[in-house]
Amino acid sequence: MTGFLRRRAVTSLLPLIAVLLGVFFLARLTGDPANLYLPVSATPEQRQNFIEANGLDDSIWVQMWDYLGGVLTLDFGDSLRTGESAAAMALRAFPATLQLAFSTMLIAVVGAVVIGSWAAYRPNSVADRISSFLSMTAASVPDFWFAIVGVWIFAVSLGWLPTSGVTGGMASWVLPVATLVIRPLGVLTQVVRGAMVSALSAPYVRLARSKGAGDLRVVTHHALRNAAAPALTVAGDLMVGLINGAVVVETIFGWPGIGKLMIDSILGRDFAVLQACVLLTAVSIFVLNILIDIGYALLDARVREKVSA
Amino acid sequence: MSALSVQDLTVDIETPNGPLRAVNGVGFEAEQGETLALLGESGCGKSMTAQAIVGLLEPIASVTQGSVTLNGTDLVKASRRKRRQMAGPELAIVFQDALTALNPVYTVGTQLAEPFRIHRRMSAKEARGEAIELMRRVGIPHPDKRVDAFPHQFSGGMRQRLLIAMAVALNPTVLLADEPTTALDVTVQAQIMALLKDLRAEREMAVVLITHDLALVAEEADKVAVMYAGHVVETGPVSEVFGDPGHPYTKGLLDSVPVHVARGEELASIGGTPPDLASIPSGCVYQARCPLARQKCRDERPQLKATQGQRKAACHFTEEV
Repeated sequence: MTGFLRRRAVTSLLPLIAVLLGVFFLARLTGDPANLYLPVSATPEQRQNFIEANGLDDSIWVQMWDYLGGVLTLDFGDSLRTGESAAAMALRAFPATLQLAFSTMLIAVVGAVVIGSWAAYRPNSVADRISSFLSMTAASVPDFWFAIVGVWIFAVSLGWLPTSGVTGGMASWVLPVATLVIRPLGVLTQVVRGAMVSALSAPYVRLARSKGAGDLRVVTHHALRNAAAPALTVAGDLMVGLINGAVVVETIFGWPGIGKLMIDSILGRDFAVLQACVLLTAVSIFVLNILIDIGYALLDARVREKVSA
Repeated sequence: MSALSVQDLTVDIETPNGPLRAVNGVGFEAEQGETLALLGESGCGKSMTAQAIVGLLEPIASVTQGSVTLNGTDLVKASRRKRRQMAGPELAIVFQDALTALNPVYTVGTQLAEPFRIHRRMSAKEARGEAIELMRRVGIPHPDKRVDAFPHQFSGGMRQRLLIAMAVALNPTVLLADEPTTALDVTVQAQIMALLKDLRAEREMAVVLITHDLALVAEEADKVAVMYAGHVVETGPVSEVFGDPGHPYTKGLLDSVPVHVARGEELASIGGTPPDLASIPSGCVYQARCPLARQKCRDERPQLKATQGQRKAACHFTEEV
């Protein structure tokens, strides 16, 4: 297992460097920070001071080397807007995003396993119809539409829930999580259903029945673990989307997470913060992928053997 | 009383063009300590019969008529709950393909322990002990180590032994074996059949052996029921049926075994193919391929009737065979 982890870490290094460089150059395409931060009436002298103070007069290659050197020593530079350390800002925003992502994923996984298994076990039942409805919705309705309609109905018209922010306690979680959960729930339910349909018709399920195993045992014990691998793959993909793609939902609901911080940094040409955010999400996605691989190995001994071979 | 008595068992398969009768009025009896062979070619309904007995028919197939009596209970009428209670302690089945039949994600020990966990409510530790004991009994080397191995880490023959161990775990009254050796090579086949025979004697089970292999039937079975196109066409003690067949189909099968054939000589075979289930003729099911067929065979379906001793045949002209 340690050999496997080491290999994964090494193979993750190259894409990580690519991500770093990509963000560095793309961020600089969005415009010159000096124009944004200084008033139009700034004197050339003021402008020169700003540029020198932030190292913007060096060639882009020198800036890149400075930046990469900083990353190696875990120094991501300071925010142009607040002067605070970029790494600290990213790390402070990250938990809010992770909490949102994990609660969403938990609901999606539990819901998908229950509805998907039930739909597979009883084709054409109520659960089967719910499952088709969910995946249709997930595939066809964009999340910003859900967010806006949700705010309009439940926050503005009915006044039951806050329109945005995190200060409302549990109530402030409802709309963001409900908006985010629709896509993962719809997609995962369909995946679980498909995997369970094939698992339930497998010979090992017949064998279990011939030993007198009841319905619940057949579904939860014999079929579900076999159906778990494809669901895990898709759940991992969706989780990646939640970690770095909650930008829209975080912006609409004023959620102080990494998505919102990224958008704000782009709009403010705050390169250091943007780069720290992207690197943080990239690293967490690599970690997530390794966790998924470990999950496969825990589920199935045949994978374990391949990994240790 | 027979351990297992199947009477007039009929199984229909739903299709868009109406029901197909895959098993048609099949009847036979299996006695304690004996092996009954259900013999027939692919598609004759023998596996469907086995699935109907153990209650594992695919959803599109269902028993529409008949009874399966085991220890005084009619399995066709029994509730799902009752059937589940009987699955293991009274009735068990050994499947053909041992690799796909074993669950790939659980250790064989967990799977062998399952009957004890389900029916005897044993603790995990006790059930594991029973699993090891079973593995020892069916001849798996180092059972105390191998108990934690996974199905793919066993050879085909060993996997078949594991399936047999699982089936006999709770000493069932009746053991169905659905082509238990078809996927194995010949030497392993012989070992598996010897094991089944030992277990049958030791546990006084009735064994129903489902197979297309004439030699296997001749060696292993006491009685045989020959199936053709969903019907039992002949039944009786193996030595008598094979020595002097009472149905032209049985005779045709036996004649096609190459015994005294020299190189270059043509092998005997039964002409034609079995009828499509959707278009079974109204008279005798075997008429199209039968050398004795005549008008009566086309007009009237022969019923399975006693000929001599325990033997029965479904042929109008059985004395001419």
